[in-house]
Amino acid sequence: MTTLTIPDGGRKTVYAYIAVFGAVVLLMMLLGLVMRAAQAGAIALGPHVFYQIMTAHGVGMVGIAGLGGAAIMWYFLRQYVVLHTAVLIANLLLFLTAVACILGAIFIGQFGGAWTFLFPLPGQSMGAWTPGAAALFLAGVLLVGVGFLLFYLDAGRAIIVEYGSFAKSLGWPQLFGRDDGGAPPPAVVASSMVIIVNTLALVAGAAILIMMIINLYAPAFEINPLLAKNMIYFFGHTFINATIYMAIIAVYEILPRYTQRPWRSNKVFLAAWTASTVMVVIVYPHHLLMDFVMPTWMLIMGQIISYTSGIPVLLVTAIGTLALVHRSGIKWDMASGLLFLSIFGWAGGVIPAVIDATIAINQVMHNTMWVPGHFHFYLILGMVAMVFGFMYFLIKEAGKGVDNALDRGSFWAYAIAGTGFVFMFLMSGKEGVARRFAVHFPEWQGYSGVAAVIAVFIVLAAAVFTLRFILRLNAKAA
Amino acid sequence: MYQQLSWMLSLILVGLLAVIFIFIARLAATERVEYASIQKSAYQLRSKLFYLVLLIMIPVIGYSLTLLPYPSPSAGAQVSKTVNAVGHQWYWNIDDLTARVNQPVLYKVTSADVNHGFAIYDQTLNVIAQTQAMPGYSNDLKVTYTKPGVYKILCLEYCGLAHHAMISEITVTE
Repeated sequence: MTTLTIPDGGRKTVYAYIAVFGAVVLLMMLLGLVMRAAQAGAIALGPHVFYQIMTAHGVGMVGIAGLGGAAIMWYFLRQYVVLHTAVLIANLLLFLTAVACILGAIFIGQFGGAWTFLFPLPGQSMGAWTPGAAALFLAGVLLVGVGFLLFYLDAGRAIIVEYGSFAKSLGWPQLFGRDDGGAPPPAVVASSMVIIVNTLALVAGAAILIMMIINLYAPAFEINPLLAKNMIYFFGHTFINATIYMAIIAVYEILPRYTQRPWRSNKVFLAAWTASTVMVVIVYPHHLLMDFVMPTWMLIMGQIISYTSGIPVLLVTAIGTLALVHRSGIKWDMASGLLFLSIFGWAGGVIPAVIDATIAINQVMHNTMWVPGHFHFYLILGMVAMVFGFMYFLIKEAGKGVDNALDRGSFWAYAIAGTGFVFMFLMSGKEGVARRFAVHFPEWQGYSGVAAVIAVFIVLAAAVFTLRFILRLNAKAA
Repeated sequence: MYQQLSWMLSLILVGLLAVIFIFIARLAATERVEYASIQKSAYQLRSKLFYLVLLIMIPVIGYSLTLLPYPSPSAGAQVSKTVNAVGHQWYWNIDDLTARVNQPVLYKVTSADVNHGFAIYDQTLNVIAQTQAMPGYSNDLKVTYTKPGVYKILCLEYCGLAHHAMISEITVTE
């Protein structure tokens, strides 16, 4: 397989990103397993510890998904534009500093305000944690945001230098004019979209985080809770969505190498990404469907855009992937298998997501286990599978070993257990099981017990993927 | 009903998707065919699916938007009684914990401190309705109970350490 033209420092930093990704995902999966076991009544944690773990699991997974997506985006975008490795390193250092702040806030300061930190909960804990712990947590999240903002500013600068504008890097001349075949490659189009939407989200996120930190120490600096909720969900929803839109670049770049078939930016592809750029920004009100005081038009928009935003995923990326591999003579291995699985995970996750975004259904599903059901679908079987696929690609590209039976066994364990795990969430949601409950009613505990057992297999598979990556990275090239 | 519908739809559609992915994956490695012909068929299929999706999606959206749970401004005049429900860390302060079957009740839901979620569960632990309880705002939730019994009010927005224990009960009689 051809080695990409990546500077050595950049390549090593991407390896570091992916190693950190694997380690943190594994740790966060273990925390998830502990939570499901506690909800099953198999272990006793106490609400303090449960909600601290829940906060760590949520913020940790969202942050590390961002880091994994950023590694993929940087690695492939670097082939087309000149990115600064120093900025890539700065983002990682800021991330690690933020991890220290967040872990300190949670496990020393006992902060358990959930990763969504809805105002005014961080400042009103009924004595469970101090304003200092809340401020440290919020500052940690802010640091993550600052690192990513730097990352996107550098990528945006590099794209504008190379292509002239975002309009051109999104392929608008080819989309709205004659398709001369000269549209930027998918990695550039996807990166442009992510830079636009996530810069907006990070600015909104930074604003509300700073407002909340000030409010902790100066309560007279009042914040409207509904405005805060809008800003938090705009930030959080867009950020976690963008992690998939970054990681999908691995599919666009790697699968064509396996199939020897190109993935070109044609008119439909460009239209899908331009449409997604708009839709990802305006879809966030679907998190506020049960806030009846919101303007009704915004909530209706949240439902309609949730429906339409599934179209590019299903009709362009999923069908594009299926066509790319169909009768291609592809040699399935860990990288190609995980990337193919990830498109199933992404497309499959759209289904319960769209259902839940239907306002009438949301009224009986909102904040039940259906919600983690749909996003674990996207994440375990979609986004995280993309990064694991990228891990195996890196090892293969570096000529550091071939896949073995343990890898293949872990793939099937991950795919099957992952599907079972998300369906246990969805089944629990159907039965009305509330999300974010430290203690479950006896009627609910069975679902959590089954989910906890299944989760063990996911954790084991993820451990194999990560350990095999780290161990082989240090081995000599074959 | 919505829960069952959501579950069945998800099972069927995800199952269908899985069958397609497995079928393509198995066939993919067996032979190599020229890409242009596959691409052409895929593009044709995509166009057809696009129109099919629109054909299904537009009426579904249209119909579902007739089922909005948001009460009209005049809802207060159409109900048998109006009840104030206030979320506190970690209990509910509800004016009236009773209701009659088939007599609509308008709950005016707010919070005295942080965000809470006011969710009504029936006796089989199914959610029948919910709205958010937010400080500084009042969400109007109109509920018509169709069966007598004891309904639970649970908090469905994380609100701190005893979030899961924030339970109240409403008794509905004939």
